[in-house]
Amino acid sequence: MHEVGLMKSILEIAVAEASRVGAARVGLIRVRAGTLSGVVPAALEFAFDAMRGENPVTAGARLQIDPVAAACRCRNCGAGFTPADFVFACPRCRSLDAEILRGRELELSQLEVN
Amino acid sequence: MCDACGCNREEPFAVHTDGRESGDAGGHPGHVHVHRDARGHARVHTHGPGDDGGGNPRNVDVNRSVLEANDRLAEQNRGFFRAKNVRVMNLVSSPGAGKTALLERTLAEFGDRARMGVIVGDLATENDARRLRGRGAEVVQVNTGSLCHLDARMVMTALEAVDLDGMDLLFIENVGNLVCPSSFDLGEQLRVVLLSVPEGEDKPLKYPPVFKGADLVLLTKTDLVEAVGFDRECGVDNIRRIAPQARILEVSSRTGAGMEAWYRYLEEQGKAVEPHSAARAH
Repeated sequence: MHEVGLMKSILEIAVAEASRVGAARVGLIRVRAGTLSGVVPAALEFAFDAMRGENPVTAGARLQIDPVAAACRCRNCGAGFTPADFVFACPRCRSLDAEILRGRELELSQLEVN
Repeated sequence: MCDACGCNREEPFAVHTDGRESGDAGGHPGHVHVHRDARGHARVHTHGPGDDGGGNPRNVDVNRSVLEANDRLAEQNRGFFRAKNVRVMNLVSSPGAGKTALLERTLAEFGDRARMGVIVGDLATENDARRLRGRGAEVVQVNTGSLCHLDARMVMTALEAVDLDGMDLLFIENVGNLVCPSSFDLGEQLRVVLLSVPEGEDKPLKYPPVFKGADLVLLTKTDLVEAVGFDRECGVDNIRRIAPQARILEVSSRTGAGMEAWYRYLEEQGKAVEPHSAARAH
């Protein structure tokens, strides 16, 4: 797992954005994490608790992880579906050839600052 | 152990996003901001112990990818590879699946058909580079310290030691790990995932993200199929279910079985093919 490295990036982005808008503190960090992003939310939270204090800007911050459900579209029949697991089988035509529309994202979506 | 243990904060290859000057924004004792809401009212708002930040909380939309720093460097690498007209493959597998053995044989047997180079990543030792040297290819070892994967910056740094002029194929042998490397685009044009027969038929089901990103899956150590009781049909079916986009080849670097098909694949993937922009499972 690589959540510490990812959290380091998240905190760096948060500090940079806070500085950009002239804020002294970050109160809340919202992260959108797709279910296909390969990230374990609990590991991300663990890393956050361990690392947020390294910079006073983020020391008092909270972390909110917003899960993003996976969404696929079948390239064979065009049906949209939510995969139950990592086998992206189309429920209509059983094809495995699916395009991933959503679920891979891992992004810092919003900050609450002051 | 990977960097999730937190023991490697000072790793030389840490990727920073831009805006590093912001690191002192909050810690600078003389750095004062006045924050007011839309009506011009200022108020004190504390968030936690030791927090002396004042002002109204407000929301800032950011929408930045957590991996943007790596992805930006990966695109730079990809542009560099394209300019140098070299085909680059990222070899990913669990430790001991046979990445180095595959390259040993490939350098020896395919060397008269293509000029090749290798960047090989491990936590420690020069052992793999030593195994690969003396076969006519340029070999650069990257030691990641305790980091569990190669990232785009490490590759960029390693490229300073590689002469790509006239090179046809560059293999990047990633750190043996089936989890973390899948998130990190290195700028490669093709991702090759190795699954060795002794690992079992269900490896793709247990570690799907890395197989989802594969252009080619190499089933390796096929000389051990009978010895370990590997159900070939089941193994190949599992790869197809998780990675229907991937080609599948079966090889034994020890006996040489299937190697010619691998060499044909390397030839097919020659320079003429336009590199695709990787959209990896982040």
